[in-house]
Amino acid sequence: MKARVQVMLKNGVLDPQGEAVRHALGALGFDGVEGVRQGKVIELDLAEGTSEATVTEMCEKLLANTVIESYTIELG
Amino acid sequence: MKAAVIVFPGSNCDRDLAVALEKAGADVEMVWHKDTALPKGVDLVAVPGGFSFGDYLRCGAIAANSPICGELKAHVARGGYALGICNGFQVLTETGLLPGALRRNAGLKYICRPVELEVVAADTAYTSGYQAGQVITVPIAHHDGNYYVDDAKLAELQGEGRIAFTYVDNPNGSVADIAGVVSRNRRVLGMMPHPERMAEPSHGGTDGKAMFASLMSQMALA
Repeated sequence: MKARVQVMLKNGVLDPQGEAVRHALGALGFDGVEGVRQGKVIELDLAEGTSEATVTEMCEKLLANTVIESYTIELG
Repeated sequence: MKAAVIVFPGSNCDRDLAVALEKAGADVEMVWHKDTALPKGVDLVAVPGGFSFGDYLRCGAIAANSPICGELKAHVARGGYALGICNGFQVLTETGLLPGALRRNAGLKYICRPVELEVVAADTAYTSGYQAGQVITVPIAHHDGNYYVDDAKLAELQGEGRIAFTYVDNPNGSVADIAGVVSRNRRVLGMMPHPERMAEPSHGGTDGKAMFASLMSQMALA
């Protein structure tokens, strides 16, 4: 089974990389881009039957820094 | 004073830090990240700068979960001293031994140059050789030194006098210009600037030297 973990900076934490991308899009002539947030996706190949709780623990202990980042988990 | 300097794959300030501690008179031992014990009788555990584990995932995240960091946490829980410089500061926040996190610099660039710091808290074992309000010049060299804490934590740090150093001219976007913070018991210091790179005349300045001298004199009293 696979799990897909998406890690994003929390709302309210300034994302300088997202801001740079927003400026670059503006420079390319794309008007109306009001905000860009950049995160990362981590794909996990897991043994069948691995629980979502285990993936949550992985996120809490390592994959995300919950001081500044939030995460979502998709199992599939 | 007996000090241990932790070495991770990718550490690159470990020897500079060991030299600065030795020149201040400390007995220094290097410790590998896979080690499962600190040398007996260690007073200070120093976590050096560099790019531990290539900064993979997040700066300091993999290092914070290495075997020696379990020992580091136990050392701090016993009331031991710990100093994290640059990547070492990132490791200390990732272990939870210090609050906050280090984000990508606001200007997105890696910055390597001397900066002016104000010594805010001179009442720690690390900073007692400085005067509160004193301005010192120490180099920074980082891509992810943009310190973040939320408003509640910032108020707590300010209220408890735990901001050790601030930037005179904020180079990286850090909240409240913070360059270094201490733990509640004031025995753990994390800072992005490199005092070990400004510790003898051949470095171009000696403003960092007082930190190591302060530590030695505090340990002598203990």
